[in-house]
Amino acid sequence: MEVSNIIKAENQVFCKSKLMTDTALSYCPGCGHGTAHNLTMEVIDEMGISEETIGVAPVGCSVLAYDFMNIDMTQAAHGRAPAVATAISRLWPEKYVFTYQGDGDLAAIGTAETIHACNRGENIVIIFVNNGIYGMTGGQMAPTTLEGMKSSTSPYGRDIETMGSPLKITELIANLPGVYYVTRHAVHTHKHARKAKKAIQKAFENTRLKKGISFIEIVSNCNSGWKMTPLESNIWMEENMFPYFPLGDIKVGGILKK
Amino acid sequence: MAKVKGAIVVDTQTCKGCEVCIPVCPEDVIGMSNDINRKGYHYAYMKNPEACTGCTNCGIVCPDRAISVYRVKVSV
Amino acid sequence: MRSMTELKLMKGNEALAEAAIRAGVDGYFGYPITPQTEIIEYLMTERPEKRTGMVVLQAESEIAAINMVYGAASTGKKAMTSSSSPGISLKLEGISYLAGAELPAVIVNVVRGGPGLGTIQPSQADYFQSVKGGGHGDYKLYVLAPASVQEMSDFVEDAFDIAFKYRAPVLILSDGLIGQMMEKVILKPQKQRMTNEELIEKYGDWAVTGRKGRERNIITSLDLKSEKMEARVHRLMKKYEQMEKEDLRFEKINCDDAEYLIVAYGSSARISQKAVQLGRAKGIKVGLLRPITLFPYPKQALFELADQVKGILSVELNAGQMVEDVRLSVEHKVPVEHFGRTGGIIHTPEEILEALEQKIIKNGSIKHHKSRESSIL
Repeated sequence: MEVSNIIKAENQVFCKSKLMTDTALSYCPGCGHGTAHNLTMEVIDEMGISEETIGVAPVGCSVLAYDFMNIDMTQAAHGRAPAVATAISRLWPEKYVFTYQGDGDLAAIGTAETIHACNRGENIVIIFVNNGIYGMTGGQMAPTTLEGMKSSTSPYGRDIETMGSPLKITELIANLPGVYYVTRHAVHTHKHARKAKKAIQKAFENTRLKKGISFIEIVSNCNSGWKMTPLESNIWMEENMFPYFPLGDIKVGGILKK
Repeated sequence: MAKVKGAIVVDTQTCKGCEVCIPVCPEDVIGMSNDINRKGYHYAYMKNPEACTGCTNCGIVCPDRAISVYRVKVSV
Repeated sequence: MRSMTELKLMKGNEALAEAAIRAGVDGYFGYPITPQTEIIEYLMTERPEKRTGMVVLQAESEIAAINMVYGAASTGKKAMTSSSSPGISLKLEGISYLAGAELPAVIVNVVRGGPGLGTIQPSQADYFQSVKGGGHGDYKLYVLAPASVQEMSDFVEDAFDIAFKYRAPVLILSDGLIGQMMEKVILKPQKQRMTNEELIEKYGDWAVTGRKGRERNIITSLDLKSEKMEARVHRLMKKYEQMEKEDLRFEKINCDDAEYLIVAYGSSARISQKAVQLGRAKGIKVGLLRPITLFPYPKQALFELADQVKGILSVELNAGQMVEDVRLSVEHKVPVEHFGRTGGIIHTPEEILEALEQKIIKNGSIKHHKSRESSIL
């Protein structure tokens, strides 16, 4: 069977989501942001809710998310996306509102907004891409930078004595009653990506059922910031990030997993 | 027994040569081309086109959605 | 339903809150800080979601509150917040974002003495912060300065009209005196809140209401390409030019035969009116020019009055801020001096008249930069 006979429109089983624009992604080669964007848009497309969805982009590598996501989006000041999303959701209760944030945005400058939006149980989805570093500004230490992990502002490795431990914000907010669904995933292999997609789908379903906060952490890589090739960074991520930020469901249906 | 044959199309200008698609292919179909695209990236291509089953693993992990996947049932 | 006007005796802050409900505001996001907390207290007590569906939310900080306003405004809804001086400082990044992203919104500052934690008594020491931008970047705020409980009420709807006319943030610059005192106020009838369909019809070309039957809308203040950023700044500057042409507001009192002029806004304008009366009783022909908008500023009116009067006293509850804009407007034609108690002390009409006599009538001289010493030491 000639390859050219296989490559026919009717035989296509996978392609870019039509909710992803044709703008080339600004992310570094192999960066998990691209995959996380795609999975989110695939879910929104498959649920048929693109006309009812409003996204909130942060400040950070994914500040330009609105160039890639073909839905209505507003760009929030650094750390403030949960507050921006709160107002949109309160004023448009029938809409699907989600924030898409990095670890610096959500767990450093935006900690108060994150905790209080979660504590109020806003009916929104929070997609939190945790790559343990400030990528956009060139690789500085972030709240989730691991112990001993080098960055341009922890050049000798994160020292717990002076810089504290990496912040487990996801476990922190999981304890808040307003939070309905908390889960941690990755997107660097097909297995992880498919699970992450199911989680994102579940989150938007929760919004439809007005269940409150659905919080999805995606542990991801930053090959530029970590100074590794994409494949090396994914291996390093598995060996170092996953033990500290274990994947899996943390809270389902408002009940914390033991 | 109906067999399945697959193929992928790589958007060579979009591919950034990150190679994340390579380890997820169960049939070791994908390799990196010696040629480079206009951005200077070696892009992915079907090194072993015969082996492809169209399982879409590569498509789903590609951060830039540069891979489209095709699959067809073949009667043996 | 409050369908007709009503006469009430209310505090400035409460009149403003009631006016917000009646103006059909969709969302108020606030945070406690003296001397303006009555605004959110009134709204929480009144539960406007029952009357008009208006959302009222107490945020975790002034920063969160202004960003909630940003979110609501991104979708074309009428949103506002209020605070006092330190809280406004916290909101300035958000206000700069509102200006840059070209979003309509109303911010209320019930000023207290500063800097720092300062005091809770009234002040007008946020003039520079309000009219010279305050936050980062090339932008200005349209600033309305109420001098009565009536204006605290009326200016809410006026502010939203300007905000949506220009798609820009508007500031109502009040102070603890105006906010806390009680006066008669005529409340306007209830205005219908816009339905979502009407809103999408009217603002669907820019607001993020869900991409339905159109290309996606994006609200952002980011332009990494400098040419685009410059175009954005020029767009903002055009708005401000238009505001100066079309929406400048000020009031002249006893100016026709005035030989001397007092310039004062808000609470200082109220007190200065008494000083004008006292002066007139002593045969001093003094008039008052009251800017109602602090941006756009009545430069031309001052420039013309400077041909008529011999000297101008700028009266403000601060250490001298608006005096600079008076001098700019008058361009050295006549002496311009500042008088103002600060730290929360309210100057008296007698003090103002005495300052006019001492600083202008007796010792008035056109001082150039070299010789000018501080006006309050």
